[in-house]
Amino acid sequence: MPYPQNQIPLCPAPLAAALRVIPLAPLSLSLTVFSRKIARNNPGLINRLGEFDTTDFVLDPTDLPIVLCLNPNGGLPKVKLTRRRQAKGSTRISGPLAALLGLVHGAFDGDALFFSRDLVVEGDTSAALALRNAVDDAELNLALEAASLSGPFARPIQQLIALAERQTGLCLTRPEDAALW
Amino acid sequence: MELTVGPNQFFWPADTWSGFYNDLAGSPVDRVVIGELVCSKRLPFYQERIPEAISKLVEAGIDVALTSLALVTLKRERKLTSELAEMGIAIEINDLTALAHLPEGTGFSVGPLVNVYNEGTLRWLASRGARRVCLPPELPIKSVESLVKAAADLGVAIEVWGHGRLPLAISGRCYHARLHGRTKDNCQFACEDDPDGLDVRTEDGRPFMAMNGVQTLSDSYACTDHQIELLRSVGVSALRLSPQSQGFMQLCSMYRQRLDRNLNRGELSKDVLSTNPGIRLSDGFLLGACGADWSGA
Amino acid sequence: MVMEIVCPAGTPAALRAAVKAGAHTVYCGFNDETNARNFPGLNFDRAEMRAGVDFAHAHGSKVLVAINTFPRAGDEAIWHRAVSAAEASGADAVILADLGLLDYAARNHPGLRRHLSVQAAAANADVINFYADTFGVKRVVLPRVLSVPEIAAINCETKVETEVFVFGGLCVMAEGRCSLSSYATGLSPNMNGVCSPASHVEYNEQQGVLDARLGGYLIHRVEKGQPAPYPTLCKGCFSAGDKTGHLFEDPVSLNAEKLIPQLQKAGVTALKIEGRQRSKSYVAQVVRNFRTAVDALEAGQPMPEGMLARLSEGQAMTTGAYKKTWR
Repeated sequence: MPYPQNQIPLCPAPLAAALRVIPLAPLSLSLTVFSRKIARNNPGLINRLGEFDTTDFVLDPTDLPIVLCLNPNGGLPKVKLTRRRQAKGSTRISGPLAALLGLVHGAFDGDALFFSRDLVVEGDTSAALALRNAVDDAELNLALEAASLSGPFARPIQQLIALAERQTGLCLTRPEDAALW
Repeated sequence: MELTVGPNQFFWPADTWSGFYNDLAGSPVDRVVIGELVCSKRLPFYQERIPEAISKLVEAGIDVALTSLALVTLKRERKLTSELAEMGIAIEINDLTALAHLPEGTGFSVGPLVNVYNEGTLRWLASRGARRVCLPPELPIKSVESLVKAAADLGVAIEVWGHGRLPLAISGRCYHARLHGRTKDNCQFACEDDPDGLDVRTEDGRPFMAMNGVQTLSDSYACTDHQIELLRSVGVSALRLSPQSQGFMQLCSMYRQRLDRNLNRGELSKDVLSTNPGIRLSDGFLLGACGADWSGA
Repeated sequence: MVMEIVCPAGTPAALRAAVKAGAHTVYCGFNDETNARNFPGLNFDRAEMRAGVDFAHAHGSKVLVAINTFPRAGDEAIWHRAVSAAEASGADAVILADLGLLDYAARNHPGLRRHLSVQAAAANADVINFYADTFGVKRVVLPRVLSVPEIAAINCETKVETEVFVFGGLCVMAEGRCSLSSYATGLSPNMNGVCSPASHVEYNEQQGVLDARLGGYLIHRVEKGQPAPYPTLCKGCFSAGDKTGHLFEDPVSLNAEKLIPQLQKAGVTALKIEGRQRSKSYVAQVVRNFRTAVDALEAGQPMPEGMLARLSEGQAMTTGAYKKTWR
């Protein structure tokens, strides 16, 4: 399993450049659909958020020119991508995309990333903690969830996941599925 | 309501120590808990003066109890604790180890460093012989109220932390020794220089805590001036005043006057702040959002 | 006997990861104030606990349920129900700290094994034997104030099994006897199951300087690129007299893996890993390391070298009170 510090890859300039120009509204819509599917398939995820299931989270991949605003909305999540760094939310988690995705995928330990300052939390630390713990328990498999998507929103998400895998070097199928058995 | 003087938490020169208890014999308090609470290494410096102090207090009509140590780990501390029971004087346990040595059926009191948070614990302690319990300072008034009710049925008197720096933590490590770059075994009694504890501030200069050897106290002095009517109405039987090096006899008199309704609410704390301009008061554990809050602010 | 590795699990996923990684025993708690890691998003509801126990048992591991806060006056029933639920889930033992709750469990659930939580801070053989005689306690988790020779001396004088912390966060104060957190925030380990709660943490980064405050008190101020410890009160940077620094404890975490052979000689039954708030990847990694270590020790092979430093707080380690000079 990789250790966090000094080994978190940064997204290369071409991807960042692409995200500076492509329209974000359709991508936001796709991500909303994707997140609703994940919430439906993983009811424990929303339950674990408890009182924070309607909190505005800002996820800020610091190596990309966009931020992701997420509201779990009691199980019907809303996702909005924006280029505004000043996006408002109750809590903001910032770090390289690879660190954020690695956290979701259980490749990294949130506390360790935080101690090494690869991740920075601002605002309501409780909410960030709840999200971290809920995601850690859910054992999400983004690639698998994306592969099972259908309809008009499937392709952009599948392309995005594939791109993220290539650019971050992270395997977005679950790492310990291979490591533990 | 009665006044109890808790055990001195600090390390004072033996003469200062004797003088303090000498003066207390003439003060309007009902009960004194005496002995070493914090660090067993301090005890030899004044141990032989304890019997005389006790007899003076008893002659003055004041009830006296001996405290156990707050944290018992070493062999010599276990021995000290087991000998407490043989002294023929009432015991206040501040570590459960002391209870292990008390013959069953012996009455005892429970100090604020034993975790009495609920009726079940109170009931169990009463069944073992507890007659008086000073509650942990962090309890909110709602808990105090519930516990006073349960205690009434059990014949147990409930005492509440009334005044003085709050005992917030106890450790195996001596912070005074650490601050001076010494080990605990070679501490050279660094804590003696700070008769009321050493102020600990945050990096931006805000007073926060006070260190006292292995103990950590609050920076603020807890003060129940604003809660006395409330505590009386829920049935608390005594307030505990914690010894401090300056103005303690005056403080005891003022609390006596306050309890006897000869001082109005707010007058006591106003006087304390004007005679000790450098200190801060708190009463947040009972009613506030956090322990450090002060309702007189 | 191979020493028992007792691992934390804050979530069902962490429990499964710990079991798969070789934990002999896993400890966890219900998702309420009855346990001392009552953090947002953590812990088990009743159904998850039952499923977790089933999973662990199917893989030959045990589950201990920590009900180790001090019940609130007037609301003891919440804690009583937690003890019943632990027994109903098939848990192998409960970890308790409160006298009243120990008494309740001993009278009402005599068949449920009782361990004494570190929150009870039972630091000598007299009081440990007292808990055993009075409440039938079978195992004690020793407070982190004892040196290895003191632990050995305790084991010579008691039949109660001893469990000691070997890895993870380190309380510098005697556990269960600290109100620093409620003094600053109103929430305490004893009453609410939280210390230095996230709800009262504020981070503020300006020009590369990160301030971490708890309840408004500045606990850490670190420069850009420095490790950023969580603002735990007793590990903050403070001033006293003419000195400024980590007056109580450095932002280090405990790692006693090198002391495992000595702890075994001292008669310790079980090695406990702290960290129910940590991720499953962390838990799995730590468990694998310690399991390898005790298996090597049992086979008479040399202990593997430590691999765990980078998972730790501030990336610095201590052996804590196990070495007497710590005091």
